[in-house]
Amino acid sequence: MQEAGMRRRHARGRKAADLAMRVAASLAALLGIGVLVLILAEVARRGAPALGLAFFTSLPGPPGTEGGGLANAILGTLALTATATAVGVPLGMLAGVYLSEFGRDTRLGAAVRFCVNVLMGLPSILVGLFVWTVLVVPFRSFSGYAGAVALALIMLPVVARTTEDMLALVPHALREGALAVGAPRWRATLIAFKAARGGLITGVLLAVARVSGETAPLLFTALNSPFWPRSMSEPVANLTVTVFQYAMSPYADWQAKAWGASLLIMAAVLTTSLLARTFARERTR
Amino acid sequence: MNATRPESRPTPPLAPRPQVADRSVADRSAADRSIADRSIADRPAAADAAATAPPKISVRGLDFHYGKQQALFDNNLDVAANRVTAVIGPSGCGKSTHLRVYNRIYQLYRDQRARGEVLLDGENLLSPTTDLIELRRKVGMIFQKPTPFPMSIHDNVAYGLKLHYRLGKAELAEAVEKALRGAALWDEVKDALDRPGTALSGGQQQRLCIARAIAVRPEVLLMDEPTSAIDPVATAKIEDLVEELKKDFTIVIVTHNMQQAARVSDYTAFFFEGRIVEFGDTRQIFTKPVHRQTEDYITGRFG
Repeated sequence: MQEAGMRRRHARGRKAADLAMRVAASLAALLGIGVLVLILAEVARRGAPALGLAFFTSLPGPPGTEGGGLANAILGTLALTATATAVGVPLGMLAGVYLSEFGRDTRLGAAVRFCVNVLMGLPSILVGLFVWTVLVVPFRSFSGYAGAVALALIMLPVVARTTEDMLALVPHALREGALAVGAPRWRATLIAFKAARGGLITGVLLAVARVSGETAPLLFTALNSPFWPRSMSEPVANLTVTVFQYAMSPYADWQAKAWGASLLIMAAVLTTSLLARTFARERTR
Repeated sequence: MNATRPESRPTPPLAPRPQVADRSVADRSAADRSIADRSIADRPAAADAAATAPPKISVRGLDFHYGKQQALFDNNLDVAANRVTAVIGPSGCGKSTHLRVYNRIYQLYRDQRARGEVLLDGENLLSPTTDLIELRRKVGMIFQKPTPFPMSIHDNVAYGLKLHYRLGKAELAEAVEKALRGAALWDEVKDALDRPGTALSGGQQQRLCIARAIAVRPEVLLMDEPTSAIDPVATAKIEDLVEELKKDFTIVIVTHNMQQAARVSDYTAFFFEGRIVEFGDTRQIFTKPVHRQTEDYITGRFG
């Protein structure tokens, strides 16, 4: 019903604005995806030729010589990431459990959550420098342990926040259901954990993907090494610092290897992320 | 109820204690009871037996706070053993809040506080020395939405059993079967015990939760709108089950559905704005409510 004297407005202006917004949003999305595709294609094109059998099996040759591989760095990166995961994931999960289950409405909880957020935004090179002052300087040696701790510190807030978020998605009714049959609090938490399993695995995998591409925190801690990783208390070869050093070197062979290492890291991160997605999908089912 | 009945009871609607409306069946004087007995010939005989037995749960002067907001005011109520007591009232009147005091599940939340006394077989369960785990074994709860755990049907039922009892494998299997039979679910799931509990239909999930609750041999079953998320056919099954379960358990059921309260319960408490306005025999509440508010709610004038 139209009251007398009420003038109609045309929808033309609104429709034009709608179209403009849709075009702008689509272009922005395309730009983002386009850049990603370009990077993937370029790294694949330049990196693929370097990935021969020797790349995965041999030690690097002396500077300036052709041949050799980065087997030591691949192994080192795996060791560093595994150690970091072993340290960072349990700590992060426990912190997340505290935030979600016990410190939800407490002051300490709010303080911890704030610190975790700050830690998450901390530039990774600062984490590297911090670990350098507490674990490298006093022991007078760069070490794999220091590198792993630096990576773990980067993982910790990511894991803590995803754990908190995933547990927060579990309905309270489930915990109440467990408590109502007489389960103690920790067992009710375990039930919530089980219900959130898919999301938690996704969180961990994303955190692993995140740190496996980090260079800055390793520069001052694990450093790098041309040898096989023998002990975590010595400098440990790793892919990211190798990329950094080889890409800056004057030798064409090293530069090619840097592209190869980049491709390898990228492929690993991509695989991990895809894996994380399948787990996430399983959770929503 | 005969016409003299309302006069035999003073009726201050929302008066502070002593609230006659809250007075339990067991509290009624003998003379009072005899009038009632003569007046309704078709009243179930069992209800009279319950009237003389001591109440399973006695609520005395119960107040409840969510932070600074008070949600329950001076609730007084007696829950008869092996009977179904329905709790009705409009949304937000404190029905669920009241129920959640009986197993102290509210304590999961930091800012919720209960004050007063809730006596379970004469012991105040609000006392700080109450063993919560034992309390919750004795007082089981069924929630509005089914809460199957993310594990198999068998493990769902075995969960509580394993918490409270040391059982061999065969004993466990037997106890699980007994609980599932008790919840009228056995025939539907006996060949699929290792399937996830979450794969069942809503009505089956709710019966699974009932099986999980009765498996630990509780004395009281609290049901917080157990059928509000479930289709009518499944609801009918659960109502039949309630009828069956009251042989072994004392049941308190919160419901939005007045027909349900009338169908399944022996006693009914009508809550309004955190107070118990009227409590009594279900038949009387639904046919001759003493209070205007009760009548208005039951006849659908509000709520």
